[in-house]
Amino acid sequence: MIRVELPYHLRTLARVGAEVEIDVEGAVTQRSIVDAIEDRYPMLRGTIRDHVTKQRRPFLRFFACEEDLSHQDSNTPLPAAVAAGTEPFMIIGAIAGG
Amino acid sequence: MSQVRVLVGTRKGAFILTSDGTRDKWEVSGPHFAGWEIYHINGSPADQNRLYASQTSGWFGQVMQRSNDGGQTWEAVGNEFTYDGVPGTHMWYDGTPHPWEFKRVWHLEPSLSDPDTVYAGVEDAALFRTTDGGTSWHELSGLRKHGSGAGWQPGAGGLGLHTIILDPSNPQRIIIAISAAGVFRTDDGGDTWRPANRGLKSKYLPDPNAEVGYCVHNLAMHPSRPDTLFMQLHWNVMRSDDAADSWQLISGNLPSDFGFPVAVNSQEPNTVYVVPIKSDSEHFVPDAKLRVYRNRTGGDEWEALTNGLPQENCYVNVLRDAMAVDLLDPCGVYFGTTGGQVYVSPDGGDHWSAIVHDLPAVLPVEVQTLP
Repeated sequence: MIRVELPYHLRTLARVGAEVEIDVEGAVTQRSIVDAIEDRYPMLRGTIRDHVTKQRRPFLRFFACEEDLSHQDSNTPLPAAVAAGTEPFMIIGAIAGG
Repeated sequence: MSQVRVLVGTRKGAFILTSDGTRDKWEVSGPHFAGWEIYHINGSPADQNRLYASQTSGWFGQVMQRSNDGGQTWEAVGNEFTYDGVPGTHMWYDGTPHPWEFKRVWHLEPSLSDPDTVYAGVEDAALFRTTDGGTSWHELSGLRKHGSGAGWQPGAGGLGLHTIILDPSNPQRIIIAISAAGVFRTDDGGDTWRPANRGLKSKYLPDPNAEVGYCVHNLAMHPSRPDTLFMQLHWNVMRSDDAADSWQLISGNLPSDFGFPVAVNSQEPNTVYVVPIKSDSEHFVPDAKLRVYRNRTGGDEWEALTNGLPQENCYVNVLRDAMAVDLLDPCGVYFGTTGGQVYVSPDGGDHWSAIVHDLPAVLPVEVQTLP
């Protein structure tokens, strides 16, 4: 079970709490996690990454295990602690715009 | 007795204001979608409990919302707006080509007859339509692929398609406006389009007879006279009596002919309202006085309406989609300000009062008249 933390506005949109748990098939990567999130919460499609290009939206960041993983290739395996469910994969809105 | 439902979008959520036909006492619900910009919220004329809202954010992009119960509950629907084919380029501020990129939905215009069909005007300018209640959206790409599209240039607020007028007497005719490309009309349901800007003047255009390039801010039509249109141009208020084939100046004695919204009285097709703004450099009302101007002949004579509106120390703006009318007699007129007030006049503009005065900055105001 993968733990994912969502920013406030995506929690309210999906009507969930701060952290959700999802199953990911195969390698645990940014892409496979967001795929699973979008499958389970279709209202979040397009809010984390572009519908077509699959690029992360510019004002969102991906963190895990105290590392900023935002600029890693989206198919790079995430840390083992994320895959094991001991650490959350965090989707964070940039502190910008007042 | 009839009821009125006022749909208000703001920089930080949507609010729904309801009253009976006296339009005296109001109930306020909201914020819906708290913290999100609500660029537009509108109801279906074919099913007044069906509402649609454009919910946007610089962080999270575009979300579309639909309500089937008059705004009590909402569900997110499809938010994928993909341009038809290879989008190509339009012109950027500096005159260089710039790729067409979807940014947000500026305006939602539900079909007059089918609650599942809605037109969406988007930035970068294009017209989309859903026929399945918002689940999927498809571009009417004949507009963007009009030969002039590569030369369209954004206004200061972006290259937005912000006005959609559906002709109640001719389902094949749609008139739209884009900042800063101008007015376009289709007579075949959206397959083909042509510019409809003859008579408009812009001091910013080198060619005085340019076919496109006009910063049209808003259009209004009375449903009983679909060939007559009123326009707030960037500067100038205009009128057309031939479905936008040509335009005549009616700015007359307005203290400033810069402004954003224009509306037509539902009971008097020649009575028009605008809110003059000092200039495109200072986006607030002239002389620190909030004045709606009314024109009872459709010509160029305007009278200031001030009763109940602040006449000193007022520095608000009224944005292009922030004025609307109800269908009651006498006609109710409504507008929202960037200062967070929503004003109502239940008597066609003679007397005004604030329904609410401390909302976030108001973007759109739409009104539904319920049985």
